[in-house]
Amino acid sequence: MKNESLTKINLRRRELLAGTASLLLGMSQSRAAVIFDHLPWAPNAGNPPTPAKPGPWLFFSGPEGRAMEAIADRIIPPDPQTPGGKDAGCAVFVDRQLAGPYGRQDGLYVQPPFHAGTPNQGPQSEAGPAQKYREALAALDRACKAKYAGKAFAELSESDMDTVLRGLESGDFKLDGADGKSFFEQAVKDVQMGFFADPIYGGNRDMVGWKMIGYPGARYNYLDWVDRHNEPFPLPPVSITGRAEWTPKTR
Amino acid sequence: MARRLPKKDVVIVGLGWTGSIMAHELTDEGLDVIAIERGPWRDSPTDFPPTYMQDELRYRVRHELFLRPDQTTFTFRNKMDQTALPIRTWGAFMPPNGVGGGGVHWNAETFRFLPSDFVLKTHLTQRYGASFLPADMTIQDWGVTYDDLEPHYDQFEYLCGTSGTAGNLKGEIQEGGNRFEGPRSRPYPAPAQAQPFSHPLFAKAARELGYKPFPQPSGNLSRAYTNPLGLRLGPCTYCGFCEWFGCANYSKASPQTTILPVLVRKSNFSARDNSEVTRINVDRSGEHATGVTFVDTSGEEWEQPADLVILSAYSLFNVQLLLLSGIGQPYDPVANAGVIGRNYTHQTVSSANGFFDNKKFNFNPFIGSGSIGMCIDEFNGDNFDHGPHGFVGGGYVGQVQTGARPIESTLTPPGTPKWGAAWKSAVRDNYLSTVKPGSGVHGSFYAYRDVYLDLDPTYKDRFGRPLMRMTVDFHENEVKQNRFLVDKFAEIIKAMGANQVAPQYRTAPYDITIYQTTHLNGGAIMGADPKVSAINRYLQSWDVSNLFVLGASAFPQNAGYNPTGTVGALAFWAAAAIRNQYLKQPGPLVDA
Repeated sequence: MKNESLTKINLRRRELLAGTASLLLGMSQSRAAVIFDHLPWAPNAGNPPTPAKPGPWLFFSGPEGRAMEAIADRIIPPDPQTPGGKDAGCAVFVDRQLAGPYGRQDGLYVQPPFHAGTPNQGPQSEAGPAQKYREALAALDRACKAKYAGKAFAELSESDMDTVLRGLESGDFKLDGADGKSFFEQAVKDVQMGFFADPIYGGNRDMVGWKMIGYPGARYNYLDWVDRHNEPFPLPPVSITGRAEWTPKTR
Repeated sequence: MARRLPKKDVVIVGLGWTGSIMAHELTDEGLDVIAIERGPWRDSPTDFPPTYMQDELRYRVRHELFLRPDQTTFTFRNKMDQTALPIRTWGAFMPPNGVGGGGVHWNAETFRFLPSDFVLKTHLTQRYGASFLPADMTIQDWGVTYDDLEPHYDQFEYLCGTSGTAGNLKGEIQEGGNRFEGPRSRPYPAPAQAQPFSHPLFAKAARELGYKPFPQPSGNLSRAYTNPLGLRLGPCTYCGFCEWFGCANYSKASPQTTILPVLVRKSNFSARDNSEVTRINVDRSGEHATGVTFVDTSGEEWEQPADLVILSAYSLFNVQLLLLSGIGQPYDPVANAGVIGRNYTHQTVSSANGFFDNKKFNFNPFIGSGSIGMCIDEFNGDNFDHGPHGFVGGGYVGQVQTGARPIESTLTPPGTPKWGAAWKSAVRDNYLSTVKPGSGVHGSFYAYRDVYLDLDPTYKDRFGRPLMRMTVDFHENEVKQNRFLVDKFAEIIKAMGANQVAPQYRTAPYDITIYQTTHLNGGAIMGADPKVSAINRYLQSWDVSNLFVLGASAFPQNAGYNPTGTVGALAFWAAAAIRNQYLKQPGPLVDA
């Protein structure tokens, strides 16, 4: 009986490791077990994060990716000290997130009926973020081509891009077939999230976001600094996969 | 048909803080105990090791350690005439799941409620007159007093190794502690945690304004500690990943660090994980529970018979199981009758952020612990005269640096654009010199006739059972209370030397998308009168005497503190009643 329960635990942990898609859902898919006599621990049973792999877009099409990189670079423009959203990998971050559980609303409650409700009742959409990005990026390029002599968003001048994005933000620049205002609000949130999330997810490349603000990253022990008031912390950031020099280049 | 398992003395529903405490106590009594837990087994080396638990995206933003809404969720509306809609992704709160429950990812603030909190209705009526209370406010006395619970608060704190500074030892006020607290029989088991820069700065400003600041009592340990069960906890390393994260360092008090390693070795204890109890079974009389029915992950249904049923799931799920099992009369707000779902409450939480000159101030805001910092209690409970202010209740306020994880803690001063070059430079210039209090303003939430829980008429869970519906809004009393507390708090942040203070007021309507706390209470409240309470003063069901319902679902209303200290104390209190009274003569411990 004891051994049997241990086998079950091994099995369910392996299931967790089987694929990135099941990462967030993994917990609810694991098997029931009877636990007694000892703590049910098994070697190599952890559930480490899956690093975003370098390479082509997983979710975006070519034009979508170009638009997203341009948007990322306007939300976080490059400056002499710190790269912008594009070079920091924020579009890659969004791409990998949309291709994964987040994009599909995995684990969320998506049972009908769907009613709009009031804003303070929270999102009530059947379409997940992936579908919303797809619709909004297509609508954005259509709207830009109509207004700017056939040019897609990524082909606009920086100042025209900012005009378009400010229009989305205020709701003055309308998209056909998508809610431009809520799309841009989400894009700002997601791009900035990519800039500050662990580089393992494809953004914050070389920990540029963390270096910019002075965040030391995935360290675990500040016992020697808790009493050193108003003194700058001296160590550079580390990520879950280690130092910046060890972070794989993405795209 | 459900497969029937061999009968046990006790079945425990949910293996979080209260289930673990009760399992430990009743196995000590020699009873054969099984715990059934909906979520997975969880332990530090496997589920939140120090190599990758510092992941804000995975654990905070994507809620990995929490219940997933597709397993079950709730519907929500502000008013009774609205249509409730499902909470599709977590916002205002995040319910726990798995062994350890909320004890895995709590911040470990370990407060005691004030003596007056337990006799709230009587106390406020005596001091201000009944007409001072809003007509639809349904606050009640608890049926227990602070003095009843004191030994059990003490038990929970010594189990956890709570780190703090006593403010009242056997009636004598202690310098440096919270002078408003009820008398404690002995000091905290460990001294308060060390304090990063912003905390002494807050304390100094508070003292200069005439307050008596004290360190927040913490279940994250200031030093190595061996608890009464012989389990050892290590000192906290101030990693800044407490709230919503599991502690990889065995420094945060949790069932995993303080009870389970001992409990699981007892020959009269076993647990089933990934198994969801769907019903408490009662016999034909309706007055005696025969056990529970649960479903495992393969979809197979099992029946676990037992002589004694302990309902110790998360507060809301206790209420839901009672409703789905038909135990106790469901609350009807129109008739003002029934008990299950009555007096549902949350917390009234908000804050004030301070932006300081980055040439003079570097707070190293990433150095933190879930329960740390300096607080004041001058405006909690009835510690001040409410007469001139026109509201009741209050809360502690404090600067609590819980770790400025960068996705959520890159704030900019009011007026900064939300994106672009100006946003980017403002983030760079402010991160290290911003005070973003974790607890901030931690206000009470009192009960109202139209704030309650019942079963939703439309939406179902994955088993086809109705979701529970919450009808909740902020009433004027809480909005006034919050404005008062935030203004007092902002004054202290300003006095710390902030260039700019951004107060965040909590306003109506109640918003299900904005995180406040996961302190959801009531719905199966304790009390002295079975007409208006679901359980008696020993947490025993008035209707089914071999059923005890633990947890914050017992709170008649919520005080201005974090609830876990009181939840733990009540579990030990109920365990003592079962051991010393119930087992000797099973039956109602209080005559209805």
